[in-house]
Parts: sequence; C-alpha cells; structure tokens
Amino acid sequence: MAKATRISYGEALVKYGSNENVVVLDADLSKSTKTEMFQKAYPERFINCGIAEANMMCVAAGLASTGKVAFASTFAMFAAGRAYEQIRNTIGYPGLNVKIGATHAGISVGEDGATHQCLEDLALMRTIPGMVVINPADDIEAQLAVKAAIEHNGPVYMRFGRLAVEDVNGEDYKFEIGKGVELKGGNDVTIIATGLMVQEALKAAETLKDDGIDARVINIHTIKPIDKDIIIKAAKETGAIVTAEEHYIMGGLGSAVTEVVCEGAPCPVKIIGTDRYGKSGKPAELFEEYGLTAENIANKVKEVIKMK
Amino acid sequence: MNAKRATELAIIANRVRKHALTGVYNAQAGHPGGSLSISDLLTLLYFEVMNVDPKNPRMADRDRLVLSKGHTAPALYGTLAERGFFPVEDVATLRKIDSYLQGHPDMKNIPGVDMSTGSLGQGVSVAGGMALSAKLDKKDYRVYAILGDGELEEGQVWEQAMFAPHYKLDNLTIFVDFNGLQIDGDITKVMNPTPIDKKFEAFGWNVIVCDAHSFDELSDAIEKAKACKGKPTAVIMKSVKGKNVSFMENNAAWHGSAPNEEQYNQAIRELDAKIAELEAAL
Repeated sequence: MAKATRISYGEALVKYGSNENVVVLDADLSKSTKTEMFQKAYPERFINCGIAEANMMCVAAGLASTGKVAFASTFAMFAAGRAYEQIRNTIGYPGLNVKIGATHAGISVGEDGATHQCLEDLALMRTIPGMVVINPADDIEAQLAVKAAIEHNGPVYMRFGRLAVEDVNGEDYKFEIGKGVELKGGNDVTIIATGLMVQEALKAAETLKDDGIDARVINIHTIKPIDKDIIIKAAKETGAIVTAEEHYIMGGLGSAVTEVVCEGAPCPVKIIGTDRYGKSGKPAELFEEYGLTAENIANKVKEVIKMK
Repeated sequence: MNAKRATELAIIANRVRKHALTGVYNAQAGHPGGSLSISDLLTLLYFEVMNVDPKNPRMADRDRLVLSKGHTAPALYGTLAERGFFPVEDVATLRKIDSYLQGHPDMKNIPGVDMSTGSLGQGVSVAGGMALSAKLDKKDYRVYAILGDGELEEGQVWEQAMFAPHYKLDNLTIFVDFNGLQIDGDITKVMNPTPIDKKFEAFGWNVIVCDAHSFDELSDAIEKAKACKGKPTAVIMKSVKGKNVSFMENNAAWHGSAPNEEQYNQAIRELDAKIAELEAAL
C-alpha cells in the first residue's frame, strides 16, 4: 500500500522510541513531519522548539551530549539547508548522537514550490565527516532506517518524503546501514536509484525487457557510507550505469556513484536528477517536467549502453 | 566569600591569564583580550562552584560549562590545566599541528571540555539542551554558558533566549562577558546589542548585573541564580577586555592578535607582579 515515508517516520518513532533515552524535537511542524504521533505516545519526551531550527539542532546536540538519542525533525530545507552550519559544527564535528529526521524532501513536496523543495540536502549532508545519510525508498525501509538510526551511535541524516510511495521491499526485508540492495538481477546495464526513484527504476527495468535489455536494479538507501562493493561489482559486470535521484545532479547519489566508479571500475554513467530550482505543481507533473520518470530512466539506459 | 579565598582565586585567575597568553604567544595566533576578561569567572566556576572531577572528566552527573564564545579557549584551557585536567605545560602547545589543544574547544579530544564550540550563537543553545536533559532525567546538575557581548548579535542567541524560559530551565545560568568590544570595535558602534539586561528580562530571564572581576559579586550572582526557581538566569558581567595586562586593557586590537616577545614578556611581568602582590596579602 502506498504510504509517505514521513508517516513511516512518525510510526517508527512510536514503535522503536519506547527507550527512555529517545527524545524527539520539532520546530512547529509536528503535524507535517508526523512527530505528533510520538508526542501523543510519549508527551514528556517530545520537545517543540518553535520555528527556530538553528536552536533546535544545537539543543539536540546538548541533549545528545548528556546521553540522549535526540531526533531533530523539520523539513529537509530547514534542516540540511537553514541549519547546515549548526549540523556541521555542533553535531557533526563532536560526532554527537543526533538523528535528523528531514521530511518534505525533494520536488515531490509539490504545490509549495521552490522554497520548500530541498534538492541539495544529500550533497550537503554527505560532506560532513562521520554523518550517515539515509534516503529510504518505501515504508518498511523508512521504518527500519529509524530503528537502525537509534541503534547507531553517531549522527544520522534521514530523508523522508511527503508523497505516498509504493512498496519496493517485501515484509521480510532486512535493512543494514551502508548496504545496497539488488532488487532485480541483470547484466546489460545497472540502474542505481535512491528514495522514490527506486520504484521508477523498477518500472523502467520492466519496460526495457521489451527492448531486449536486461537491467540490474540497485537500491542505494544509504548515500553515505555508500556500498562501494555493490557498485563496483555492477560496473564490472554490466559495464554501464544510470543513476536516478530526486535531487540535484550535483553532489547526490550520482556524484557518490561516479566517485566510486571512477576510482574502482571506470565505466559510462548517466546521472538523472534535477538541474534547477523546483516550482509549484502536482508531484506527477513535476516529475514529468524534471525528467524524474521511468520513461526518462529507460531513455538514459539506451544512451548509456551505446557508450559501452 | 571570605577575603582569603577571594585572594587565592585571584592568584589562580592570574595564573590562568599567564597560561592563556603563553598559549597565544607560542601559537602566534589566538584571542587574548576576551580570554583575559573571563579568567576570573572561569576560575571561580572550576575551583569553587562546579561539581567536576579532573580524574573523571566525563562523570555522568557533573555540572557542565559551554564556552559559547569558543574563541577564548586559551582561558578555558588555562583553567582546566590549573584544575588538573591536563598538564599545565601543554598550554604552550595551543594551536600546534600535533597538539590536542585546538584553536577552539574540542570536546572529543580535550579532557574537561563539555562541548565543541567556536561558531558563535550555538553554544548557548547546546547549554539549553543540556539543562533540559537534566530536567527530563530529574537530575540536579547545573549548566553554565559564557557568551560574548558581540555574540549577542547572532540571532540564534535569541532563539535560545526564548527557549530556556519557555521550558523553565532554572538549572541554566549564562554569563555575558560585557566588555564592550568586538573585532571591529565598540559593540554599540558595530551593531548595538544594548540594553542587554532589559532584553533578557523581556525574554523572561532572571537577570543579574555584576562586576566580572569581583569574586564576591560573581559568587553572589551564582548563588542567586541557584536560588531562583522557574527561570534561567542571565548574569551580565561588566568586564574589562584584556584585564590585568595594561596595554591590552580596553583595546579591541587585542581581540584576536598575538603578542610579540617583548609584549609577552611585559604581560607576564605584570601578571607576576599582580600575583606577588596578592600572595603578600594572604
């Protein structure tokens, strides 16, 4: 059943947040980030910081320094964007146990438009030494990411979406930080996708069968530390890669994959992502306009195969 | 506070000043002015007020200090060294490539440092988080933060100024080092943050104004802060930037520059003379 990963976030905080050390902070967006679910379950461990994200990130750092597992939640734009420097200097540098739950990431925010469509968070967070960056593809992955974040000692950035997405993983799915997942085998080309583009990658692989192209599909939920082994293996075995993300082509999954491929097993790579500010519209219309579709993935696959 | 103890603390504070200058002189970089203005406060906190253990720097329920004006790390390091957290000789390695004494406080590698700071406006928020944590856990440790007066120009300070009274963090005491000078000069000319006391009052804080170089006044302020229930306390301490080094006092040029050999020697002579004078009075 299609579900927005921000809802998964709220549900997982309740499900895995029974530990007394878990505290959840929000900046007046609890109804949108779904931390209101945690607030209802554990009101004494929910801290509304008001519309003050910079302060919230540093309060979370203070809580973490005294032994709390502090989840700081707001929209991706105001977490990775507005509070970047707080995250870098006061959470990342001391390596504190803060988990950033960033919702409403990407262009799929839709009607709110460019100011709220964060398309650079993966790039920004990826540059912070020691930061784990996770971009879940579906409900189960998002929930397990929250569980893994609680168990991981150190800063974690988690990216969640507003738009409902289809399940790509089964109920027996095992999640491990830093471990990519091969969702479909194939030897002609590899599509490496993250977040809601994973479902598009699977659709593209289906249509490519009609053209006689056997595409491998890999879900990279952890942008950092990235699973080098699965990428290098794919580069060596399929000889061409297309990456797909709901993010700028600069600095995100595509950049991370090319860094690995260039150093480990050079092969042609096509990067699908956005290259300009977003705008208002329905998510499906925006995906079409910005090329974040199964159709565009299939087209890029055909182009990259010619470069082999 | 009895006069003898105040004199003993004044001696230690002047040793802290010497350590701070030794660090900055050897590094030929760092921030002497604001280090000298908070040396008395740091000495009082670490030698008289805070529950800390140099043998167990990460003791769970210790009192905590966040140096929100992290650039005055030389004074913090001098104080921690005097208190026994690490060897006094190490202060001379400040800012050196192989030293653990980073230019700004680094909690991961420096014993006794409770939070990494340096980017202004952030430490005070962290202190709020620590104080809130104590409240959540019903623990009675207290949290202290030291801010610069110029630092008040950072908007984030006022986000925390709203937060701490909202959550009734009466276990939080912040000190504003009101020396009136920032890098570009007089704070009222660069970007006037005054009236500081009235601003904090308006945000719901218990506000105390005192002399940053009077152990009696500082000590009273801290006791009043402990006694105040339901509100955090902001101590606006009127200080002298460069305190106790004649040519550094009230001179913004010494915000972030290192003394040369002659200047360093003169500063040490002046501080040694102060120490001798105080020792004679004991």
